[in-house]
Amino acid sequence: MFEYLYLVPILPLAGFLINGLLLGRLPRPVVSFVACTTVGLSFIVSLLLFFELKELPVEARVIEQVLFPWISAGSLHANIGFLLDPLSAVMILVVTGVGFLIHIYSIGYMHHDPCFGRYFTYMNLFMFSMLVLVLADNYLFMFVGWEGVGLCSYLLIGFWYEKQSASDAGKKAFIVNRIGDFGFLIGMFIIFWQVGSLDFRTVMQTAPEVFVAGGALITAACLLMFVGAIGKSAQIPLFVWLPDAMEGPTPVSALIHAATMVTAGVYMIARSNVLYLMAPDALMVVAIIGGATALFAATIGLAQNDIKRVLAYSTVSQLGYMFLACGVASFTAGIFHLMTHAFFKALLFLAAGSVIHAMSNEQDMRKMGGLKKYVPITYATMLIATLTISGIPGFSGFFSKDEILWKAFSSPYGHPILWVIGFVTAGLTAFYMFRLIYLTFHGRERMDDHTRKHLHESPKSMTVPLMALAALSVVGGFVGMPHLFGVTNYFEHWLEPVMAGASQDAASHALAAGGGDTGLELGLMFASVLLVLVAIFMARKFYHQKPELATQMCERLSGVHRILLNKYYVDEIYGAVVVRPLVNGSKFLWRIVDVLFIDGFLNGLATVYSDISQLLRTGQTGRVRTYATVFVTGVAVILALMLFG
Amino acid sequence: MGDEVVALEYEKMIDFTSASINFELIYSEISLLVAAFLILLTAFQRHLARLAPLVALVGIAVSFYFALQQWGNQMSGFFGMITCDDFGTAFKLLFLVVAALTLLIAHRFLIVKRIGSPEFYALLLVSTMGMMVMANTTDLLVMFLGLEIMSVPLYVMAGYARRSLASNEAGIKYFIMGAFASAFLLLGIAFVFGASGTTDLRQIVADYSFIVSNFQNYLYAGAALILIGFGFKIAAVPFHAWVPDVYQGAPTPVTAFFSVGPKAAGFAVMLRVFLFGFEQMGMLTELFWVLAVLTMTVGNVLALRQDNVKRMLAYSSIAHAGYILVALCVGGNDAISAAVFYLLAYAMFNLGAFAVIVLLETRSGCKSDFSELSGLSSSAPYLSAVLALFMFALAGFPPTVGFLGKFYIFSAAIKSGYILLTVIGVMNSFLSVYYYLRIVKTSYFEKFEGTFAPAPYSPAIMVVLFITVIGTLGLGFFPDRVLEFSQSALFAFL
Repeated sequence: MFEYLYLVPILPLAGFLINGLLLGRLPRPVVSFVACTTVGLSFIVSLLLFFELKELPVEARVIEQVLFPWISAGSLHANIGFLLDPLSAVMILVVTGVGFLIHIYSIGYMHHDPCFGRYFTYMNLFMFSMLVLVLADNYLFMFVGWEGVGLCSYLLIGFWYEKQSASDAGKKAFIVNRIGDFGFLIGMFIIFWQVGSLDFRTVMQTAPEVFVAGGALITAACLLMFVGAIGKSAQIPLFVWLPDAMEGPTPVSALIHAATMVTAGVYMIARSNVLYLMAPDALMVVAIIGGATALFAATIGLAQNDIKRVLAYSTVSQLGYMFLACGVASFTAGIFHLMTHAFFKALLFLAAGSVIHAMSNEQDMRKMGGLKKYVPITYATMLIATLTISGIPGFSGFFSKDEILWKAFSSPYGHPILWVIGFVTAGLTAFYMFRLIYLTFHGRERMDDHTRKHLHESPKSMTVPLMALAALSVVGGFVGMPHLFGVTNYFEHWLEPVMAGASQDAASHALAAGGGDTGLELGLMFASVLLVLVAIFMARKFYHQKPELATQMCERLSGVHRILLNKYYVDEIYGAVVVRPLVNGSKFLWRIVDVLFIDGFLNGLATVYSDISQLLRTGQTGRVRTYATVFVTGVAVILALMLFG
Repeated sequence: MGDEVVALEYEKMIDFTSASINFELIYSEISLLVAAFLILLTAFQRHLARLAPLVALVGIAVSFYFALQQWGNQMSGFFGMITCDDFGTAFKLLFLVVAALTLLIAHRFLIVKRIGSPEFYALLLVSTMGMMVMANTTDLLVMFLGLEIMSVPLYVMAGYARRSLASNEAGIKYFIMGAFASAFLLLGIAFVFGASGTTDLRQIVADYSFIVSNFQNYLYAGAALILIGFGFKIAAVPFHAWVPDVYQGAPTPVTAFFSVGPKAAGFAVMLRVFLFGFEQMGMLTELFWVLAVLTMTVGNVLALRQDNVKRMLAYSSIAHAGYILVALCVGGNDAISAAVFYLLAYAMFNLGAFAVIVLLETRSGCKSDFSELSGLSSSAPYLSAVLALFMFALAGFPPTVGFLGKFYIFSAAIKSGYILLTVIGVMNSFLSVYYYLRIVKTSYFEKFEGTFAPAPYSPAIMVVLFITVIGTLGLGFFPDRVLEFSQSALFAFL
């Protein structure tokens, strides 16, 4: 079975090629059939691979398939090769599984769009790139996937490119990501410079011998790679592109900007865990940035009125959680939250898409309300997702978030302050999510009559994926239950061979099992559940029972509210501090340096060459005797050179 | 002791086999010749004559099979006149591919232009056979023989469009200049023979120090004249003047053949003569340095201001010869394999570009001027995309194989310390971007004026385009196999 590993990425590529090359010539059912089937088959292959991998003994769970050597220049050798191990197995399952559901959902959602074929072409290309990213067996090939998903993200954000805001958002996403990519590249250079290879297994094996643990080089490499992760996974200070990315079609937001692509940074850090464990300072930075982003984005989420923007900031915030987990060296918890987040955040976006679909493309929650009875399935599934993200015990989000909070507190790299940040964020998350639920589905109906008349539940192709994701959101957490409950944490065991810090973790669990901190862990868990319940209660009070309270609150805290509503003016600050000086500087370079000097020089040069060419052409008379004369002159010169030179 | 005796015996055996008439060595040449004669014999039967292209293709395929059988073998036969080694075999395979692609390109064109008589295919095969003889010998006289077998059909092919004045002019001009150059070549061989008493390069290498100490001037003069004779075939400046006129006047498929086949054959013998036979000769490096710079620069500069695509491609082929001359200047195994790789790559994208031009020229009234390309991107989007790809390859952009070809040559030059030469080469490469991309610009950004029939459909040319596109892109992405092939394509020292 393992010899079919390459099929996982190749199948969506085939879909991309079929739909892309025959763009506009295939009928819609064929387009959607090709796109969904290829991704679905890829999911089935991933499942089979997963089960086969599970059968192997733990230490043999690393399958490398080198298709062919790709680059060999000097000492640089990179393969087109895929690496299947517990980590990438989880990733391909999440990517193809969630991706498949979103593809199905898209059939219904994009039904009215004239560019149906182009949409699915890009989506399949995205799936291919994302699978290359998670399956690549070296940094360079991973970078191909990394850039590929960036390209697809750009194309899909600007999918409705006739809209100025959409094409601007696409450009913004691309440009901001380039900053991160630059860091990633340099980090990669440092690794290659020191290790002499970019192959994951070689790097992880030789890094401890080559680098001084805690030294400047390894710290620099890790920090630079983290810059890449910051860009791709929308962390402070490069998170600004993600909220704008909501200009794309909603299934795109669900797939790319919630479930898969934005988590690439987390995956990359988990993949490089050996390196990060050697650079505690870099880990600290990761934890601080992750925590800060989680809190910061959650506060912005409190005041947004656009349903997708709330979810966008929520994504930024949850990604912060994942980095917080990685930063305290609990990569397993980070990946675990990545998985559960993929389920519930994809569900939230798809449900929001269903709401928007029902509301005739209205996204402002102030114009919604009381939708519960019109879209019951959407409501039920979205409620499940909200309970999950809020961390209500029993739902998957609870297990993954709680593990992060506990690790932030207890890990040797953790700190109580990090726990406090995560704790407060959890409360904020529950509040803004239930605010969304109450504003959208409960209370007075605030839409106009025209919209109300068109309110309808979405078609089967959209609701079935919602239900599937809801089921996953509920049960997805049981694979990673805390040791506290006296059960095996299957997820942690599964990832153990990939994670260098696993043995440390095991030691701390042995401690926990022996009594040690059990009481404390239980207490902290209880505290966070209590906080969440209070937050939900407050949201109910503010936005359901007494809506006037919320208005009063906004007025009393108008300054704070305005800052939150305007997202701390980050875009404006960047505009004034970075963009405008750059633009002005560029204008100078353009008008003076480029037009006057460079163009002048080049045009002059071109004229000179052109004149020489014209001059030489006159020698090309078309007469054989001229040619013979030139010939004989050449003979004379060469003979002279040879004999007397 | 015993082993040594056996080794000596073995060496003698090789000598003995090289003295024998060993037909195995020329099976591939024979198959081409048989196919050519078959075509000529059936040319009078109208219904059989239509099969000529098919017969030629089969002949090429059989020949390819035999050539492939020789890969990895090193043998000498016909009293040392024919030498088979991987270097020669690599070129044989290249010539056969070029001949097959040319045939596919030409078929439809010849019919449309009403010059589709079967003799064309026979000429093509005989000429290809001549190239194969050139590549598979270390004997100067046999090289000359091969060169003439190659050239005589080429003169006829250049003037094949007998109702066209330009084609007739091309044939005559090529013939006169070719005969002129052959005279120099033959004189050079005579000088070398006078100096060394042999025409076999292996003998010259063995006795080199003796020859140089006694007859240095004759040997050097002979080498210079040989260089001139072959320099004519590869269109090195200043022996290039015939190229634009002949390329423009000859029927376009013939031009396509000219630009890769005889050029590759010329380089095959030059590499063998100057990097094996006269390897120890001083002055050659400097001479090739000057020739390379002149050829690159003159070719590129002259290509800048052309209005006719065929003429532009003629100058471009001169410039490309300049890049390969860099390899001749550098010398050594790296440079040889880089040159082989470059010729192979160049054959791919240059034949591809010509295939597009030929396809467009089958529309009546087309002369392949730049202006005819305007608006091509909307009337034939796939064709213009393919043409653009070939132009990028010619200009040496990654990820096409055109980039890799230049990369290998220039990196061999850098490794041997030819920094200035490399700088000049890269600057020239920059210069060439202008005229190659002019084609892309014309076909994509200029409005179509006037009326042309839509580009006709030719399955044979589609096959050629498919192969060349795969070659241009595929080798660009995955050069390893072909690189390995060209790295093992080295001289055998029998």
